[in-house]
Amino acid sequence: MSSDVIEREPDIIITGRRVVGGAAEGEALVTRETISGWGGVNAMTGTVIENRHELKGVSFANKVLVFPGAKGSSGWSGVFHMTRLAGTAPLAMLFNTMTTKAALGAVVTRVPTLTDFDRDPLECIETGDRVRVDGDAGTVKIWKAIAAG
Amino acid sequence: MVRLTDAEQAMCDGTQGPAVAKAMDLLIRYAEALGAESFVETNNVAGVPGSSTPWLKQYYAEQGGDYRAVFSHFDLDSDETVDVPRMNAFSCHLQGGMDPNLWREQGMSEEAHDNFVSDEKDVATHGIQVLKTCTPYIAGNVPVMGEHCAWMESSAVVFCNSVIGGRTNCEGRESTSAAMLAKRIPDWGFHRTEFRRGQHSAQVQVPVGDVFEWGLLGYWTGGTVDDTIPVLEGQLGAPSLIRHKHFGAAAASSGGVEMYHMVGITPEAPSAEAAFGGARRGERFVYDAAARKRTWESLNSVGSSRDVDFIMLGCPHYSIEQIAEAAYLIEGRKVHANTQLWVFTSRAVKATADACGHTKVLQDAGAYLMTDTCSAISQAVPKGTKVAGFDSAKQTHYLPAIMGIEGWYGTLSECIDAACTSRWEGRLS
Repeated sequence: MSSDVIEREPDIIITGRRVVGGAAEGEALVTRETISGWGGVNAMTGTVIENRHELKGVSFANKVLVFPGAKGSSGWSGVFHMTRLAGTAPLAMLFNTMTTKAALGAVVTRVPTLTDFDRDPLECIETGDRVRVDGDAGTVKIWKAIAAG
Repeated sequence: MVRLTDAEQAMCDGTQGPAVAKAMDLLIRYAEALGAESFVETNNVAGVPGSSTPWLKQYYAEQGGDYRAVFSHFDLDSDETVDVPRMNAFSCHLQGGMDPNLWREQGMSEEAHDNFVSDEKDVATHGIQVLKTCTPYIAGNVPVMGEHCAWMESSAVVFCNSVIGGRTNCEGRESTSAAMLAKRIPDWGFHRTEFRRGQHSAQVQVPVGDVFEWGLLGYWTGGTVDDTIPVLEGQLGAPSLIRHKHFGAAAASSGGVEMYHMVGITPEAPSAEAAFGGARRGERFVYDAAARKRTWESLNSVGSSRDVDFIMLGCPHYSIEQIAEAAYLIEGRKVHANTQLWVFTSRAVKATADACGHTKVLQDAGAYLMTDTCSAISQAVPKGTKVAGFDSAKQTHYLPAIMGIEGWYGTLSECIDAACTSRWEGRLS
């Protein structure tokens, strides 16, 4: 992604509620399927391993992970916590459905995280888009990878 | 912002020591992430406090690499190492990493076993009850209706909320470890009555009679309602502990179900109206013969070879009733030379199985009755396993994904037959 893209005004800005503060910017990885932590993610590689998941085999390491919410085992936070230690954590997280798994997972992963958006991030963001997440301001700035035309 | 009582503020200020202050710090960050406004008090906490792999200890080597370091930095998400006192709440350790006696058979190294022994000593020293099971409710910790708990383990959480009427969210390792010290957990979600009401209706239109069928229905339910609260009505057979156990575990793994209502069966659903807190709402889903068949096919889509190497029973940990049934089915038979049969339970239940002679019957047949863990938790399967069979939808969901093996879901009877013949003959009747 060339730097002039980032200097351009964002194509879309959405706002949400802070889950974890801080700011980060990077490429989006979007899934419409909820993510299982323990048993669904290999923390050492940040890769989704759940059978039949649309992201199976894909790593979220250093991506802005955009997903509907968390599911499955209560080991969710522990696995995402491990991704921080292993250096495979997402850069930031945006999710729609608040659960204890996702909240605690975001807290211990310590990456900027938002929820409760004015517009559904799953509708606004596609994999490959450039995204800047400001957890404290509650904003998500989106630069589309493929300009709308 | 979360409101603190004077007692909670005092904990933050360090009056109960640095570990409790760190616990409160984490719980406040967690409460704010959730949007909770206050805490509830809890004196029933179940988690996996401080247990760690050698990798984790190595990671914290500079901080001492011991229980104290792991508990401080990982469990309490603290940037400082603090002294960890005896826990303040009634605290239980859920499943662990290996069988205390059969760890060699599970393929564990001496080093891993030494680490296990050392962790368990620390767990006990810190006043954490060593239940070592995913089913605390059949091993010495049965909540009562309305009790505020802080539990991990999705299958135990769904059982506590739905079957008992206890109140817990699906907590994680860090929140339970903090709650063991602070006796607090955010007042959010299932602690609140309005949150516990049904969101969708599920009509059961085929008879659901045994553990296999309850597991199948649970797997369908989770896949259908995702992480919402279903209200099931219709042709549900007589409820029992093991039917609920397998239903809930399956629903929690295919979706994120943390509570369900069954009209006329579960305690907060004397009627559909009570379950929904008013009129039926949400969507109306139907479980019929086609849905049942689709669910079975989906679960069994990770199986292709019928030559099974491994039968794993005890997910969630077997009750004494299930161990007895397995023992009766295999008595006088032998596990096939190409296959292994491992049955998992808690230490408390195994003590009863030993007394009843079930452990010996299983041993004589060439099977193992193991405690503490399961194949998925400890990533332990017999060497060379390619194809496994289960009577648990949950384990069929997880183990093939984790270990890269094939898997089949069937009845206990099909599993025992497969263990003794090395052939999977499971069919949907």
